[in-house]
Formats: sequence, structure tokens, C-alpha cells
Amino acid sequence: MKSTLRNILHSPRFMVGFVIFMTMVLTVLIYPYFVPRNPLLSLGKGFLPPGTYFSVYDANNAPTFRVELPEADTNRLQNDLPQSDRKLMLDFLKAKGVDTSGLSSGNDKIADLLEAWKANYDEADVKSSKYEGFTTQAKRRALAKLDKKLNDFLSNASMKVIRGEGEDLQEKNVSGTEYTRVDQLANSVSLPLGTDNFGRDTLTELVQATGVSLLIGLIAGTVATLLGLIVGLLAGYVGGLVDDILMFVANIFTVIPGFVLLILIYYSVGQEARGIITCAMVIGLTSWVWTARSVRSQVISLRNRDHVNLSKLSGHSLFRIVTTDILPYIASYVVMAFILQVSSGILAEAQLSLLGLGPKTTEVPTLGLMMNWAKLFGAYTSSNAWWAYFPVILVIALTSFSLNLMNTGLDQVFNPTLRE
Amino acid sequence: MKNETHNQTDTRESVTFGTDRNKDFSKEPLCLSGKDVTRIFQNGKTVTTAVDHVSFEFHKGELVSIVGESGSGKTTLSKMLLGLLEPTSGQIFYRGEPRDISTGAKKRRYWEGIQAIFQDPFSSFNVFHKIDDVLLDCINMRGMRNLSKDEKFAMMSDACSFVNLKFAELTNKYPFELSGGQMQRLMIARIFLLKPEILLADEPTSMIDACSRATILDMLLNLRNETGMTVIFITHDIGLAYYISDSIYIMEHGKFVEKGRAEEVILQPKASYTKRLISDVPKIHEPWDLSTVG
Amino acid sequence: MAKKMLEVRQLTTKYITRQREDVYSVDHVSLDIEEGKSLGIAGESGCGKSTLALSLMGYYFPPLHYTSGDIIIDGKNISGLDPDVVRKTVLGSEIAYIPQAAMNALNPTRKIGRFIEDVIRAHELPMDKKQIREMAEQRFALLGLPVDVLDKYSVELSGGMRQRVVIAVSTILNPKVLIADEPSSALDVSSQKMVIKMMKDMMAQGLVKSMIFITHELPLLYNVTDDIMVMYAGQIVERGSAKEMVFDPIHPYSRGLMNSILVPEEGTRDVKLTAIPGTPPNLKHPPSGCRFAERCRYATAACRFNPAAIIDFDIGRQYRCNMSVEKLREVYESEERNS
Repeated sequence: MKSTLRNILHSPRFMVGFVIFMTMVLTVLIYPYFVPRNPLLSLGKGFLPPGTYFSVYDANNAPTFRVELPEADTNRLQNDLPQSDRKLMLDFLKAKGVDTSGLSSGNDKIADLLEAWKANYDEADVKSSKYEGFTTQAKRRALAKLDKKLNDFLSNASMKVIRGEGEDLQEKNVSGTEYTRVDQLANSVSLPLGTDNFGRDTLTELVQATGVSLLIGLIAGTVATLLGLIVGLLAGYVGGLVDDILMFVANIFTVIPGFVLLILIYYSVGQEARGIITCAMVIGLTSWVWTARSVRSQVISLRNRDHVNLSKLSGHSLFRIVTTDILPYIASYVVMAFILQVSSGILAEAQLSLLGLGPKTTEVPTLGLMMNWAKLFGAYTSSNAWWAYFPVILVIALTSFSLNLMNTGLDQVFNPTLRE
Repeated sequence: MKNETHNQTDTRESVTFGTDRNKDFSKEPLCLSGKDVTRIFQNGKTVTTAVDHVSFEFHKGELVSIVGESGSGKTTLSKMLLGLLEPTSGQIFYRGEPRDISTGAKKRRYWEGIQAIFQDPFSSFNVFHKIDDVLLDCINMRGMRNLSKDEKFAMMSDACSFVNLKFAELTNKYPFELSGGQMQRLMIARIFLLKPEILLADEPTSMIDACSRATILDMLLNLRNETGMTVIFITHDIGLAYYISDSIYIMEHGKFVEKGRAEEVILQPKASYTKRLISDVPKIHEPWDLSTVG
Repeated sequence: MAKKMLEVRQLTTKYITRQREDVYSVDHVSLDIEEGKSLGIAGESGCGKSTLALSLMGYYFPPLHYTSGDIIIDGKNISGLDPDVVRKTVLGSEIAYIPQAAMNALNPTRKIGRFIEDVIRAHELPMDKKQIREMAEQRFALLGLPVDVLDKYSVELSGGMRQRVVIAVSTILNPKVLIADEPSSALDVSSQKMVIKMMKDMMAQGLVKSMIFITHELPLLYNVTDDIMVMYAGQIVERGSAKEMVFDPIHPYSRGLMNSILVPEEGTRDVKLTAIPGTPPNLKHPPSGCRFAERCRYATAACRFNPAAIIDFDIGRQYRCNMSVEKLREVYESEERNS
């Protein structure tokens, strides 16, 4: 027993899977203490890209500090000078006969472009010389407007911010070197994975969804394994008519595709009645068949082993024989089957929810529901909001990967023929 | 009920059978007998008669061998004797009365008097149970759960020394840490503790080396001599059966073709099958005639 | 003196376990077999007799590895040859090996005739299908096997027939040495007899020149082979003619083995079986002295430190013990007088 445990802990596959899985479980458990927000609370409207958001009101009311940043002007120009303006600047310089070979409208050349503009633009000169392409009054006015805009950018006290409403309209001039400290902003929200279509924080939602999905997988796996184990043990050990009846039921379940059955049951239960427990139970109740069949075949081969016969001759009860002489022998197998059942339970929930047959949407999110919402509101297509579905896919893949890794790791430990 | 069997075991212990190899057991009371015992297996349309109307009489304290080649039905018969399988027709008698194992309780009652040693020692033990647990279980089964720890320990040591094992070296070990021969000896120690009325040994030495085989055979003989239990020895090895048993039943295709005292069956065989079986076995002092290959 | 068909000089092979430990299960074994003779190897399970059989083929695959020594078949040394060369030029044509439970080695989806074609193909012999078929039919008729077996699948045959077919197929190229590892222990006595008869016939007809027969059943060995060799813990402990080994064993271990023989003959019931207590040593850490000392009832303190050497003490007889033959005989005689 001890050595088996040591072998399990020395199996690299099992340990990698186990670490991934436990990291996820721990995250699910600890995260709510750091972000005690209701995961289904709407924070905004529509898909917000990942980032940290501050209240604009607070940003304006915060105390200001003068910070001289040498690159600040260039950075601001890069952000605020549209490409059309840059093209106009280039066109003018070309028309004036300046060598524009070293210039372009790119962000990296914006400082050079501005310098060339300052050196060559003169309003009076433009009026008198009538450069090619800039002969009309309108064109000349556009150039003058652009020049003023650039001057505004470069002057330090030029921005007007209007605050308040109606009577209390106030104007405030903000210089380009005025800054505010982030921690003095009262209302900020950090959204590392943005928001979904309802404006809900995707990360918080994802963490809770992972927890709920794991719970569904766990319940479904437990139900399926227990049911499969009991049916398999009874059918295999008792045999005879019990075996025939149980295997008849199992065969019916085998013949009907499980997924179709799931869809039908889910549909007939109706969305309002579908809590997560119901969902998990239904998944569990439709996936016990394979466990039952393989447990049965193992029990049948064990039933004729000499130690079971000896136990019978010793007058042990059926319960005792099953629990001490048969169960321990198939325990490793059952553990592995359980792990796979958990994994397939999670996947089944995701599939069903993606089809819109998942649990009730108002209470808790699940991984499948998140996929369903992303699909319904066009996160894949129109909004291109990758943050609403890609992390969900990743979590589903990672869960199932870690569980399967644990399973193969265990298989290697328990099955000597697979050892390297 | 427990007390009753306990008393019986005690009276049985007082009987000593000595080491007379040619004792006539036919006057001893019947222990296990059968009349027209038949077992038919049906798998779809194929019907196999594994055991076909066999009758037998095993007397108290007798060491009986059932000899047959593979497929002769000896394993099916042994399962029926053990009560793990019901005969299709015919009747098995226990102590001269029809054996009734129709309910679980009656079965358990029957099993208090019969125990078995099987061919493969490696599959005879539950690998999750320690040797102490295996032996302790035997003491508890005999209704001596209330004995003190020291008394139980003494009984277990006694049983182990009977089979030349040291209990002190076995505690906290698992059976699979022993060699095949040692495991089979531990099985005998188990029987020594249980002291059943009947022991069925199903090829107990066929997976064991020749040197360990001798030990086990002698231990079985000692066990019989000391406790007077009826031993049913099932084997394919006719030389081995000849060495160990008082009477021999030769089985072919589900039927007993010959039965009798060991000396008679081996040295003056009557049935042609027995003659062939004996002539097919390579011998030391007599030539092995290869020309009679059929 | 007859020609030596197989000569083995100080052959040592080892298993390398998963824990990278060396287990020398064949330890400096020397033996020779003359043309037309057969040698039986006896011993408990784990004594190295099956490993010796594998090692004699000269074809090693992990975890078995060749360490040192020579295997000379009819004057040709095959030890240390490339495995591919061994497979093409030695296996099947010089030496044939029949493993335990060989009858289960037949692919159930192929007819028996195909196996013979495979053997011919593997040795790249210039024969077409028709010639192979003719040869196979001739051989089967010669060995008394029904020819229609060639067109059957292995599952249609009984265990004894399958075993005989395996032997016939593996000796189709008339190997000089046939190594049979427990060829009949899974069979009923009547099938066993047929297999043995066929092997003896093959020897008599010269289809195989010499034979090594491995089994733990001593009465069988006594009736099949000319010589018997007893192995213990990877070493030879005694060798002699079958008769000498059964009726006059010298080594305490062989004596124990011979005393455990049970046959359906007069006198068997009066035999006092002698048991050898204990188990063979673990060859990962073999004892430094005589390997049998731990279980030997005659062992002295010195035996535990002095390794026993193999000694020729008579024509064709060897034994490995620290005590002299005379001393051992004396001990045995006084024991018999006392009992």
C-alpha cells in the first residue's frame, strides 16, 4: 500500500496532472477571498477588452501633479494625430520641395515629421507662394488649422476640460504635463480578461464557472462510478438472473447514444428545473454503463479466484467477500474510471450548455454556459472578443488534460506491463 | 451452534491415526459419499457432461486421491464436493445423511466442516491481508474470538511450527513475500488451525518444485495422522497419488473407471484406462515403453 | 571418440534488472555433447536452467546479456556474433530452441504450412512454394504426423499435436542441436509420450544430431536423455549419465532431488522423502562461499566462505562440493545404516 503510494507520487505524469488540477482547485477556492464580487454582476455594457478601468469623474477630480516626461509629447501626438493629418503634412512638404525621403507617416518618424513641419511651414509664405495642390483658399485654411492644432499640442497649457452640468459648468485648463496618481482614484476596476456581452467580469466569472463545472464533473463522476460499481459488482458476483436483468438494462443504455438521451432528458426537464445538481445527476445517470460493464468483467474473473472460494468456505458473508476480497482488487481500476468520469462529466456539461441545454442561467455560470453566451452574442464573429471564449476553452482543455494525465499516470503505476 | 462444532473438533483431536500406511478405512464411518452425482454444463446448444453419474464413499480419516487428466471432470467434482457448485442430479451425503446446502445459512454450516487448499498458492491469498490476519481469522472462525492475545499468539505459533515456519518471522509480512512452497505450507497451517472434518487438496503441489513438494506431502500426511481429518487429494500425477493416498479413484471423461485401495489400483490395475495411464508415466525401475503410443 | 556437437566453455550471461542490477543466472557453465547424445538439465525453478537454454542460442535480447565464454557448435564458435547473423545463419539451421509453452506460440490466424514457409524465407533458401510444400509433407510423414495438418489452423489441433507441430517446424532445417525447454510439462501423460517418442525418433533418424532437454520431472529425464546435469543457482552442481545420477547422486542437492522422485511403482509408498529446507539464494547477491551451503545439511562453517569448484571425479562425471566423493559416500552410507 505504502509502496503503491510512493510509486504514484514518483510518476511524473500523475504529478504534472495533479499539480495542474490542484492549482485550478485552489484558485477556485481562494479567488473569492481576493475578489469578493458577484461574478454575475454587470460592470459595463457589451464586450470590454481586457484592461484596468478608472472612473473618468474621479480621474478629473483627483489632485494633479506636474510630471515632466520627455517623451510625453511624442506619445500624445502618436495617439492623437490622425493619419489623415500626417498625410496632409507630408503632401505639403513634398509640394514645397522639401526632401521627404527620410520621412513617413509612421509613429516612429513622428518627431522628425513635426520638426520638418516647424522648419518649413509659414502662413504668409503659403498664402503668397501658392504651392501646387494648395492653391485654393480651403486647402490653405486646412493647413493653417493643422498648424494651430500642432501648436496646441506642443504648448503646455492648452487643454480645456469641461466639468459639471447645466449651471455648474466649469472650465479647467489642463496642461500636457499634469498627471494624477492612480491610487488616489477612488473608483477603478481591473478586468484582466475584460467583460463578456453582459459587461460581467470574465475572469471572476470564469473562476466561479470552473468551480461549478468541477462540481458538476465531481457529482456526475461520483454518481456514475458508484452506480456502475454497484451494478457491476452485483451483476458480476451474484450472476444468474440478477446479472441478466442488470446487463439487459446496461445494454439498453449502450445501444441508445448517451448524448441523445442526455439532450432528450434535459429538454424534457425544462430549463427552470435544471439546477447544477440536476444537471450533474442526469449526466451521471447516463454514463455509468461502461464502468458497470468493465467492473462486471473484472469481478467475474475475480469471483473464480481461489482466495474468493476460500473466503466463501470460511463462511464469510457476501458483503464481506465483496468488500474485502473483491473491492480492493478493483479499487485501482475504479479510481481511474472515476477520474475519467469526472473529466467526461465536465465535457458533457460543456457540450450540453453550448447547445443551450445547460443549467439555469440566472444563478451561477458554468464553463459551458460561458461558451454558450459567447456564441449567442457573437464573441467569435462580430465582436472579435477573444477574451470571452478563449480562456474558457483553455480551462476546459486544461481540466480534461490534467485529469487524463493523472489517469495515465495511475495506469502506469497499477499496470506493470505499461511501466518503462 | 458455534459451541457445538467446537466440542466436536475437540473430540476429533483425541483420535490418533498413527502412521500405519496400510490401514483399512472401509470400517470407519462414512464422512462424505455420493450417489450418481452428475453435473451438466449447458452453453447455448452445446451440452457438456463434466461429471457423469459418479458414486463414491470417503471414510473418516481416509486419504483419498482422485486422479484424472485435464478435462476428466475432477475440478468440477471438487467444486461440487466443496459445495461451490450444485450437482445437476444425484445426491451427495455428508456423514451418511443427504447434504442440504440450499440456503446460505445451511451452506455456511456445511463449510464449517470442509476446507480446501488450491493449486495456485499465489491466487489463494488475498494480497491485501497480512499473514497475521489470515491466521487470526481462522481462530476467530472457530469461535475463539474471546481468547486472550497471548493464547491466540501461541496458537498461531503452534500452527506455523507444525509446517516448519517461524511465526515471529512472518508477522507483518504479506503472503506474496513468501515462496510458493512456503505459501502452500502457510495454507496447511491455516487448515491446522481450522481443523475441519474434511480437507480437499486440489493439486496443491503441481506448481511447486520437487524439493518443496516432498515437504508439503509429508505435512499433509502428518496433518491427517494427527487430526484424523478426511483428506481428498485431487491430482493428475499418479505416482504422487500412489505415494500419499489410502485409496485412489481414477477418473476419465467424468466417470470413475476404477476405484480401490492404492496398492491394488496401481499394482494390479483392472481398467484399461488405468493401465494406459500407468504405462504412460515414465518410471525409474521399469522400462518406459514408447512403442505403445496411441 | 565421437565428434563433439556442442561445446560450451565458461559461458556467463546475466540479466540486467530495471534497477540496473546484474543477475548472473548462468555462471561459468561448461558442458559438451557428443553427436547422437542427449543431455538433460534438471533443477528447481529459478536455478537458471531456462536461462541457460536461452543463452545457448547465442541470440540475446534484453534483459538478457552475454558476458563471456564460448559456444562452439560443430567446431564453429557462435558467441559474440552479430544478432542478425545469428538469426540468419545459426538459429533454426545450427541450433533450434523450443521454449516453454511453445504450443501457444503459433499465430492462430495462419495455417501450419505457412510457418514452414516462414522458416525457409527467414533463412533465404532458394526454394519455391511447391518445393517447400513437398519438403514439409515429406518431413511430416517421416515424423508420423498427418499431412493434412499443414492446411489446418493451430486452434484446430490438440495441445499434444500443436507441440509436435512446433517441434517439427523448428527442426525442418535439420539443426545440429535441439534445445527443448519443458516441451511436455503442460501436456497430459499420453500426449507427453507422443512428443517424447517423436523427439527420440528425430534423434534416431539423425534429423537432429544432439539434444538438450530441460525439465524438472526427473523420471522423464531419466527415460529420455543419456546424461543428466543438475543446476543450482546458475551453476552446474553435478553431471553424469542418467543411471548414475538417479541411483548414485553425489552432490547433496542432486541427492535431495532424486529422493523426491515419485513414480507409480512398487516401493514408492515406502520411500522416505527427503526435503531440502529453504529457498535458492538471490542471485543479485550470491553467497561468497558454496552457493548451496545455506541449505546443505552437511555444510561446515568453511563451506560458507569457500566457493566449491567443479571437479571431474570419474569418466563423464563432475560435481561441485568442498567435500571429497569418498567422504560424501561415507556420510550417506552411515545415514542409511542409522535409519
